[in-house]
Amino acid sequence: MDVFDIFLLEAVLNGILLGGLLALLSLGLNLIFGVIDVVWICYAELIMIGMYAVYMLHVQLGWPLLAAMAAGVGIVAVLGALLHQFIIRPVLAAEPINQLLVTGGVLFFLQAAATLAFGIEFRNLGVRMAPVAIGEMSFSAPRIIAFAVAVAGVAATYLFLTRTYVGTAIRAISQDRQIMPLMGADPDRLFVITSAIGGALAGLAACLLVLQYDIHPAIGLSFGPITFLICVLGGLGNLVGGLVAAFIFAQFISVGGFFFHIEWGYVLAFVFFIAVMFWRPQGILGGK
Amino acid sequence: MLTLRNVSARYGSFQALFDVSLEVNAGESVAVIGPNGAGKTTLLRAISKLIDVSGGIAMNGRSLEDVPAHEVIAHGISHVPENRRLFPRLTVEENLKMGAFLPQSRGRFAERLEFVYSLFPRMRERRSQLAGTLSGGEQQMCAIGRALMSGPKLLLLDEPSAGLAPVVVQSIMELVKRICREGYTVLIVEQNVRQVLQVVHRAYLLETGRIKSSGTAAELLDSGTIRKAYLGL
Repeated sequence: MDVFDIFLLEAVLNGILLGGLLALLSLGLNLIFGVIDVVWICYAELIMIGMYAVYMLHVQLGWPLLAAMAAGVGIVAVLGALLHQFIIRPVLAAEPINQLLVTGGVLFFLQAAATLAFGIEFRNLGVRMAPVAIGEMSFSAPRIIAFAVAVAGVAATYLFLTRTYVGTAIRAISQDRQIMPLMGADPDRLFVITSAIGGALAGLAACLLVLQYDIHPAIGLSFGPITFLICVLGGLGNLVGGLVAAFIFAQFISVGGFFFHIEWGYVLAFVFFIAVMFWRPQGILGGK
Repeated sequence: MLTLRNVSARYGSFQALFDVSLEVNAGESVAVIGPNGAGKTTLLRAISKLIDVSGGIAMNGRSLEDVPAHEVIAHGISHVPENRRLFPRLTVEENLKMGAFLPQSRGRFAERLEFVYSLFPRMRERRSQLAGTLSGGEQQMCAIGRALMSGPKLLLLDEPSAGLAPVVVQSIMELVKRICREGYTVLIVEQNVRQVLQVVHRAYLLETGRIKSSGTAAELLDSGTIRKAYLGL
């Protein structure tokens, strides 16, 4: 193979690895919108809190890394449930703009709280892993781990939503909210469970990102917009659309970055997003 | 089995039910008939606690006053809502599964599913089809099947014949008869007066939120006002 072809293949494979991670990032936000009809603008800030949780438990308190990560997932899951119970629930019947502003307020609150608690310096776990060489290509180990765990997380969510009573009820309530009580299901409880799952997915994403990126109070701004755009590109609330959009976006970033410059990859991805919005404003797989 | 004493209900400033009292005995099938907007759907929504009511509602002697909507079904009352309200993007079988959502129903899911499929063989054929793609008659079967999945004592049926072709209405009415024969107690709300009076034991006439008359199906079929206003005779 030509050197150019090998580098291109490497870029495509890296794009697939990134796609898995982006798919996980968008899944929680998409699930919450699809079921509760509220956009958590502060979703990436929950991820930021999860990253700090893993960092504090592992580096400051000396917990084993996996234990710290499990606790991180749990902490963000609880945070998601609390966010619904105390912030979203009171505005559930309000105008969408009010719901957006409320979660936007939480975004700034969490950023400011993190700045107060942890300061603005960049922190990292200090985990170093050797790159994985396949033939003449080399891949970053945290990216491979992130891909594998993200795929497992997406698969577990899929199985939960299709195989269990509560999971099926979560899909059902996204289609008809009023009659759920006739099935014997408490809508409030289903919404809290959905929010906890969305939080847990954000926590899982935090565990994977903390292996690759430094932590700081504004790190959410690096992932928040792209997560939201992926959901919109796939059709807001459409879980399968979100997964497809994540892999398309990742290829633009990775292959586009290979042909031009890494920053250009993002530019191409956003240009593609804008073009799609003209062509299909409801998203690639959106029905409305 | 079900007793309503002076039940009133309102939507904001609009009062939909005025001091409605009625009774459904075990093993009976009872219809509530009346014109559009009489409050028939509201009556069933009141029993299911989907709206706030004043007055007394009791099931087997136990008051439903402090029972939230999602616990009414645990008292043995299952409600087939107006317009069927299936979950359109769930399969037929998933819709039936939602009918067995109560923890105490889940253990008997397979057994009840078999019962519903024997009652509606068509549903077995369509089990993995999305409910939104069923025909109107099939959707009604699925909605009734879903309500039977919790093994209720009392079935509330809201306009099962609405929006269906006349020949399908006939088969839905046959179905209601069969459900009564299976031992379910049924409270059915209908505009299709002539046909529903063929299948129920007793009926109440509801007009502008008030019970105007009641009696056995035969008595109401003979009564002058009903013949004139609802049967066009």
